[in-house]
Amino acid sequence: MSRAFRSADSPAPNPLGGIDAALAERLLGEALAAGGEYADLYFEFRCAADFVLEEAQVRSVGRATVVGLGVRVLRGDATGYAYTEELSSARMSEAARTAGKIAAAGRILAPVALTSLPGHDIYPVSESSLLRPGPDKVALLRRADAAARGFDARIVRVEASLSEEWREIRIFTSDGRLAQDCQPMLRLGVHAVAEEDGRRQGGRSGTALRRGLELFALPGHAPEEHGREAARIAVDMLHAQEAPAGPMEVVLGPGESGILLHEAVGHGLEADFNRKRTSNYTDQIGQSVASSLCTVVDDATIGHARGSINLDDEGNPGQRNVLIENGVLRGYLQDRISARHFRTQVTGNGRRESFRCQPLPRMTNTMLLGGQDEPEDIIRSVRRGVYAKHFSGGQVNISNGDFVFSLTESYLIEDGKLTAPLRGVNLIGNGPEVLRQVTMVGHDFKLSEGTWTCGKDGQSVPVGVGTPTVKIARITVGGTRAP
Amino acid sequence: MTRLPDVRRCQEWAEQMLSYALAAGADGAEVLVRDGSELEVKVRLGEPELVKDAGSRALGLRALRDHRVAVAYTSDFAPAAMRQFARESVDLCGLAEPDPLADLPERHEMAREIPDLDLWDETAPSFDAAQALGLAKQGEQAALQFDRRVTNSEGAVCCRVMGATAFASSAGFSGGYRGTSLSLVVAPVCDDADGKKRNGHYWTAARFTSGLLDPEAVGLEAARRTLAKLGSRKIATSQVPAVFAPEAARALLGQLAGVVSGGAVWRKSTYLAGREGTAVASSLVSVVDDPLTRRAPGSRPFDGEGLATRPNVVVSGGALRTFLCDVYSGRKLGCRSTGSAGRGVGGGPHVSTSNFILLPGRSPPAELERLPQGLYVTDLMGFGFNPVTGDWSQGANGFWIDNGSRAHPVSEITISINFDDLWKSIDGVGNDLDTRSSVQSPTLRVSRITVAGT
Repeated sequence: MSRAFRSADSPAPNPLGGIDAALAERLLGEALAAGGEYADLYFEFRCAADFVLEEAQVRSVGRATVVGLGVRVLRGDATGYAYTEELSSARMSEAARTAGKIAAAGRILAPVALTSLPGHDIYPVSESSLLRPGPDKVALLRRADAAARGFDARIVRVEASLSEEWREIRIFTSDGRLAQDCQPMLRLGVHAVAEEDGRRQGGRSGTALRRGLELFALPGHAPEEHGREAARIAVDMLHAQEAPAGPMEVVLGPGESGILLHEAVGHGLEADFNRKRTSNYTDQIGQSVASSLCTVVDDATIGHARGSINLDDEGNPGQRNVLIENGVLRGYLQDRISARHFRTQVTGNGRRESFRCQPLPRMTNTMLLGGQDEPEDIIRSVRRGVYAKHFSGGQVNISNGDFVFSLTESYLIEDGKLTAPLRGVNLIGNGPEVLRQVTMVGHDFKLSEGTWTCGKDGQSVPVGVGTPTVKIARITVGGTRAP
Repeated sequence: MTRLPDVRRCQEWAEQMLSYALAAGADGAEVLVRDGSELEVKVRLGEPELVKDAGSRALGLRALRDHRVAVAYTSDFAPAAMRQFARESVDLCGLAEPDPLADLPERHEMAREIPDLDLWDETAPSFDAAQALGLAKQGEQAALQFDRRVTNSEGAVCCRVMGATAFASSAGFSGGYRGTSLSLVVAPVCDDADGKKRNGHYWTAARFTSGLLDPEAVGLEAARRTLAKLGSRKIATSQVPAVFAPEAARALLGQLAGVVSGGAVWRKSTYLAGREGTAVASSLVSVVDDPLTRRAPGSRPFDGEGLATRPNVVVSGGALRTFLCDVYSGRKLGCRSTGSAGRGVGGGPHVSTSNFILLPGRSPPAELERLPQGLYVTDLMGFGFNPVTGDWSQGANGFWIDNGSRAHPVSEITISINFDDLWKSIDGVGNDLDTRSSVQSPTLRVSRITVAGT
């Protein structure tokens, strides 16, 4: 058993208790009976709860328990997949045989005897928050709510929510690996609305980490801070002016701006798109794809971070992968199928949303590392541009590298100083072109502790983003104010 | 492993859970059970890449005690587990605060009849992986063979979903229905002169197998659309008229659905709060939400709280006629539910649209493109919409219109306007309603929008 797995912590009776190596070996044998080359079993048990405080009242409490098995069988690049929520012997066998049908013929391989693998323990949690009494969590929401309301008389509405999850996975593979992990997640979010003279604006703040309730005792993580931050953004944006339209200099603030890396390069470096030659980074390993100031890593091993994983959903350890080093493309994010294609090692990036989904190469915590510049110098160097502080999200077209991302808090820079707040606006660019436009990189690297979730092929997984202050010499700002 | 979704069995589970919840001390409860089966296949460059075939079922319970609400989800249907789940869920009510508006609907509000909306295709269960792979292969092959500039493929995906839904409420309702849906999407890739790749896609979807477009037709259209993007470039920052293709207009209409929701009104999260009865769009715009269209993708014979569904005129001649409400938001706003509650097994009722349709106008789409200069928008990117203020800024792809015709493809630009101004400045509505999905729009033209490009 790996160190990360402590079933004693389980917040509910664990329905995976009866799943042992003997059962798994039988199911793997059934999955390979039609001639598959490789099979894996993915058992998942997830407990979740959520609390919503609206208009200072606990409107609703929710909980969920999900259990299931996903069976995958590979033959060449083809995947057969089936799942069941019912862990009866008959249903599990049926799922194994259904997934196995992908292999119409072929030599029948027997699964290798299972050996359990040691794992990391990068998000140890003394106790799942799910085991703590509900009123403790409601009290946290009340603190956030009161802080938001108390921030300014113009705050007319506050919604605060807390959600918690405990996910246990056990993975058995036909090449003999047995791996398991427990993945906690605790999320707090506050949305505030400010109103003045008939004008309204909203602001959001939140955090999500792989921790227990001790999260809120850490510096900078008190619920009040998120209440005040959401309220501050809503109030500040009341007097925001229309953003300019057209190409200009943009300074990305530290932390959340990492969403740009996620969209501009991260997705394009997922190995499936490169294996299929549909990414704009296909065949570019070893080539210069960014300014030499750019070093981009995807790091699954940051303690307690939202995107961290001890183990990916194919049973391989999460790791730190350098994707771009001083502007040169070093490697892709690999899962099993792609690593086999590229004749290289897996990188621990095979992730899935749940037992209902097949794994895909996915990001974990994607970051641009810090450089040499003083953040103040970076802002001072801009005569007229935009300073980007908060984002709601982004999207990329993998094939051509075009991406957009949406700013929810930004400021005009005039003669080296931040001046007027700007209304919500998009930035649009092309990944490789924008990374070549990076002309200054600050030494103030920050990992965002926000509630980022990445979607691909209909599957959502938690991720992290991070960056220092960065200057982009030219990118298109999509405002409404004509030039 | 195809198991047929069984409405009667789902209804038995729902009623059983309802009785367990009431026995556990709930004053009222409602239970939703979904039983589904999904088949998804993907073909890439002629070879099967994925065959996914699985059945899935789950149950959602909303329990009330002393006007306090708890919402719970489980996929464990063993009788002992169901009883324990009911007890724990009812206990959870104690953590919420009393909110009399959250009580179940009144008994007289509940649906009395469940209309047959012809949502179940008897031939769907026999539609198997081999057939699905066949359609996907034909669709992809048609795209790959259409033109030698089609050099690659993201693949072709064919899906068949069958599902049963049952709902039981202690307010006096128990019913169920089942439905099927099928789809095929083909996504070819072309190489552009500057080394960039251009991707595009086309799709067909229907409740019945007989409603799907021919796979070759889907593949050919996908190839045409992708080839048309070759040579895409930015355009100058400017203010110009914009024509939205039905697919792009559908995205606008989906955003409109969010801001006419009664839930957004009492949450102060829509710029349309307080605007009922006033002009919110050009007089050319009329929008209905119609759950009762036979065989339509978003049809439902009763809503997520067991109320009868009905067509609602949301916007007529540009004036906002009603917000769409579930029981709770209706009570909050001092009006009645419009029968617009959606409900998933994982959460409580909330306002959701059924078939949300912008009624087609008289203009042939080609006529709307007859502009000296303008932008034709084929698709939008990103999340740049603030429903509280109406600020709207999105990435866009499409074509530059010069002298009445499409001069060249356009990419990597944003278009921006306040959403309220966007709807009010619509000066053309096409006659080409796209009925493939549950949000349906024809081509729309907006008189002036800000483009940010070079």
